[in-house]
Amino acid sequence: MALVNVTINGVQVQAENGALLIEVAKQNGIEIPAFCYYEGMSLQAACRMCLVEVEKAPKLMAGCTLPVAEGMVVRTESEPVVKARKTTLEFLLSNHPLDCPVCDKGGECELQDMTFKYGVGESRFTEIKQHVPEKQWSPVVFYDAPRCILCYRCVRVCNEGMGVGALGISYRGVNAEIIPSNGDHLECDECGSCIDICPVGSLTSGIYRYKTRPWEMEHVGTVCTHCSNGCKTTLGVRNNEIVRGNNRDKSGINGEFLCVKGRYAFDFTQHPERLQTPLIRNAAGELEEASWSRALKLVAEKFKELAGPDFGVIGSTRTTNEESYLLQKFARTALGTASIDHHRTGDVVTLIDALSGKTGQLATTEELYTTKAVLVVASDLSQQQPLLANKIRANVRHHKAAVYAVTPGPVREDKIARKSIRVPEADSLAGVEQLREQLSKESELVIVFGDAIQGDKVRQLVAFGESLGIPVKYIALVDYANSRGALDMGVLPDLGPGYHATAPGRSLQQMLDDPKLAALWVVGANPLKGGKSLASTNAFVVVQDLFLTETAQRADVVLPAASAYEKNGTVTNVCGQVQRLKRGIETVGSKADLAIIGLLARGMGVNLGKVDADAIFAEIAASVPGYNQLPMPVILTGGAVQTHPVNGGVPPSSVPGIIASARDTLFTTGSLTRYSKILNEVLEKPGALYS
Amino acid sequence: MKLFNEPSPLETKIISFRFGLENSASIDTYLANDGYKALRKALEMTPDDIINEVKASNLRGRGGAGFPTGMKWSFVPRASEKPKYIVVNADESEPGTCKDRLLIQHDPHQLIEGCLLGALAVGAKKGWIYIRGEYNYLIHIMDKAIAEAYNNGYLGKNICGSNFEFDLYTHTGAGAYECGEESALLESLEGKRGVPRIRPPFPAVSGAFQSPTLLNNVETFSSVPAILRMGGQAYADLGVPKSGGTRLVCMSGHVNKPGVYEVPLGFPLMKFVNEIGGGVWKGRALKAIIPGGSSSPLLKAEECDIPMDYDSIAKAGSMLGSGGLMVMDETTDMVKVALRIMRFYQHESCGWCIPCREGTTWLKKMLQRVSDGHGQTRDIDLIGDLAQNMMGRTFCPLGDAAAMPTIAIVKKYRNEFEEYVARNPFASPELVSIA
Repeated sequence: MALVNVTINGVQVQAENGALLIEVAKQNGIEIPAFCYYEGMSLQAACRMCLVEVEKAPKLMAGCTLPVAEGMVVRTESEPVVKARKTTLEFLLSNHPLDCPVCDKGGECELQDMTFKYGVGESRFTEIKQHVPEKQWSPVVFYDAPRCILCYRCVRVCNEGMGVGALGISYRGVNAEIIPSNGDHLECDECGSCIDICPVGSLTSGIYRYKTRPWEMEHVGTVCTHCSNGCKTTLGVRNNEIVRGNNRDKSGINGEFLCVKGRYAFDFTQHPERLQTPLIRNAAGELEEASWSRALKLVAEKFKELAGPDFGVIGSTRTTNEESYLLQKFARTALGTASIDHHRTGDVVTLIDALSGKTGQLATTEELYTTKAVLVVASDLSQQQPLLANKIRANVRHHKAAVYAVTPGPVREDKIARKSIRVPEADSLAGVEQLREQLSKESELVIVFGDAIQGDKVRQLVAFGESLGIPVKYIALVDYANSRGALDMGVLPDLGPGYHATAPGRSLQQMLDDPKLAALWVVGANPLKGGKSLASTNAFVVVQDLFLTETAQRADVVLPAASAYEKNGTVTNVCGQVQRLKRGIETVGSKADLAIIGLLARGMGVNLGKVDADAIFAEIAASVPGYNQLPMPVILTGGAVQTHPVNGGVPPSSVPGIIASARDTLFTTGSLTRYSKILNEVLEKPGALYS
Repeated sequence: MKLFNEPSPLETKIISFRFGLENSASIDTYLANDGYKALRKALEMTPDDIINEVKASNLRGRGGAGFPTGMKWSFVPRASEKPKYIVVNADESEPGTCKDRLLIQHDPHQLIEGCLLGALAVGAKKGWIYIRGEYNYLIHIMDKAIAEAYNNGYLGKNICGSNFEFDLYTHTGAGAYECGEESALLESLEGKRGVPRIRPPFPAVSGAFQSPTLLNNVETFSSVPAILRMGGQAYADLGVPKSGGTRLVCMSGHVNKPGVYEVPLGFPLMKFVNEIGGGVWKGRALKAIIPGGSSSPLLKAEECDIPMDYDSIAKAGSMLGSGGLMVMDETTDMVKVALRIMRFYQHESCGWCIPCREGTTWLKKMLQRVSDGHGQTRDIDLIGDLAQNMMGRTFCPLGDAAAMPTIAIVKKYRNEFEEYVARNPFASPELVSIA
């Protein structure tokens, strides 16, 4: 790339020929203020805030659309530029309601910041401002037109970033305003990106508005607890209540992206049905509130009594790596059982086995943004894996990546795909085969596949990939926030941490079906969902959960657990990237699963060592392959690091397990979302995949 | 078809000579009066030869900006993987301008022939005439002429028995001044909201549907057949150096004989008003002239003794623009003129960029207040200052178009604003500061 010499404010700098002046200035520590310019989005040049003086140009030039060229001399703080900024801000504020004291955005408003930095102190206008009433477009999106500066960021993020295009402009001139494509309401992903990206308080969030001022919140960077993509979310916490979720610092694997669940669906933590005290089934057969000490004592005694091969343990797809690790360790040692499993949603195990002997073939989230080509097999990504879908869209937009989709029905990727193939999920591999010629012409490829590809089909898909003659990486899709972690930590009936072989036990389904099961301990799962029942009617059932789920209703003892937003630890996303959870709030009466396991161990007189998240993580790092070389500074500062699991083949399983995705949509993820008021409000009709 | 003004003997009729002929819009009349002769000549020429003739003619864009047409034509890349297009800007919306209307109404085939010549020069096979929505009746005339051209082998495949093929369509606007700006016109043509595009790339490189596009005004295209018939040099010689040929000037306002007249570039402005236009009406004295549509700064009577060509008018501080010449007599209230002009631009601002969207609105509000008799002295400076703050800072020229006349009126007729303020019983010269 050719470099050119540019002089900005008297300082000579080198820049890539044709780079945008505003970016070149930023790289050299010079701010050219702008509202409508937004990195990664199409250019707008509408706000005129970035006007700068360029030598030999007849008038001020917009820095956001000006490519630098050799010998260009730019001044960003000269008198005409400073005056132009002042007048642009004067125009911007001329019709602005200046209701900062009651505006959600006050304190983190770009217009406010710019006015303080570049504006004048008073208005010269005396005429009446134009007022338009505020509109509500959806349960979560409100639009206040007078505050709007028409920077079109929302329109662009919806169209380009999300691939939805639910927003546009109506009317013209001073009457121009943002309007949903449907006229008066939104039919979209309800992701809230438009609210997030709004530089002023024009678009406000239905659940955050008027709740707090930004400076009154604590900002807790943690990881979303819903799907497997592991988006970093910054919780805004005030008075031990989460009032906002966003990621405005753009850190983490997702940048500023969040879907509806990440942005709003933290409200399950406040649901009135949240369990806040343990429940014990009384003589009348009813669940009755009990103290923690009584409940723990009862459970510890029963566990001690029933420990042995007929003890069943069902782990979680949401608990932290530390909790999953400790659970399987406790089950295999203290409880003396091999029957431990969890709801498996994707065949990562076979993929890892099929790739044994090879290195670096598990793709990361970032690689979906940088790879030259992507093949999506049997998944409705924009519904099931929203961040991965977003990365692919950005890749197409910025790098013109080639996308191929083999799905049973229409998906959003069709719009950007070079080729889409419609085949039933069972015939996915035949569909993939049709793309052989095109794919082999690509220079590299990432294959993303859903649960329809499992067992031998994974091996066949990998064989197909390896036969293309190009570098191919893979992502086996799973459903939940720590589905991948549960696998890595060995919450499996025949595989221990790091996929090493252990004595075989019962799979999840076998536990449910076995009439001889003496006890069942369910930690953060709901295996009896959908009317299923336990074959063993006498089994002593202990459930740790946030809510009285179908499984909890069958329990003899229910222990109220803390959610991911209420504890520390690490989780591993769908691409095997480890990230750190940070406690945002505490809910009275609940305990983290890690603490519950530790207390039960103590009650049973079992020594599990020091039971806290950091200590267990150290143990994981020492004993689980793939977790032994994670750079802690990256993880501790909110970064993500991909684990490299075993590389020597996974022992073949002798236990017939079931791998089935729950087929959640953008608006559901298992039991948590059932208790999210806001998700139920935005979801007018049950979402459907492939529609 | 009847013309609304009698022709003047002082006119030089090069592109308007068919106006007023019986059935002037029909292909028969056209063919009987040198019609499609330039096309037959051009079919024997190379594209470079055609462009060189246009360059030699010193023809400058008749839409307003006055960019040399031959140069614009030469910007269209010769080799292109994408198809190339012709687009005619018939979104004639500049207040005071009504020449394109006559060119379509009276001589649509001349425009079709101009398009064909442009297509030959740049290698286009398809074109659109974008006609403003208010010109609904012209669309019917144009469509009829296009149908006639197809039937007579002047459009479609094998034009005049050659290998040359060209398809031409009309497309209607929906009533936005902004769509007269070429990139907004292209957006509108593509079915999108009519807002301007970031340039570069210019339409010659990436215009309609991201393809190289030759986009000119109706009058510009309509002038090309004459240029090829008479030769570029001969056409250029009609005008003055750098401003070749003739153009249609639309005279309106306080004159005895308003109308559209064709005169050579460089024709004396006062001679045009007094001899062709029959002088200011009702025996009154001239106060000011807007020389080129409402966006051109007006000239005071004493500034009007100049020739009408691009450079001379620019030297006098205004623009030849779209040829919309408006005459104002001594009774004209300049505050009302400024308000009327600003009301137009405020109504037409597309809302894309901040200085134009807010500037036109607040200027209108302020001018309205001054005109209503509630103005303050500081308002006069503020009006001038706001207009100045719009100048050169907007995304497209609409902001400039609104600012230029305002700046000129405030500067040249400040006394009239002061008289308005003086009549305001509540006028306070200074703000009382709260200490």
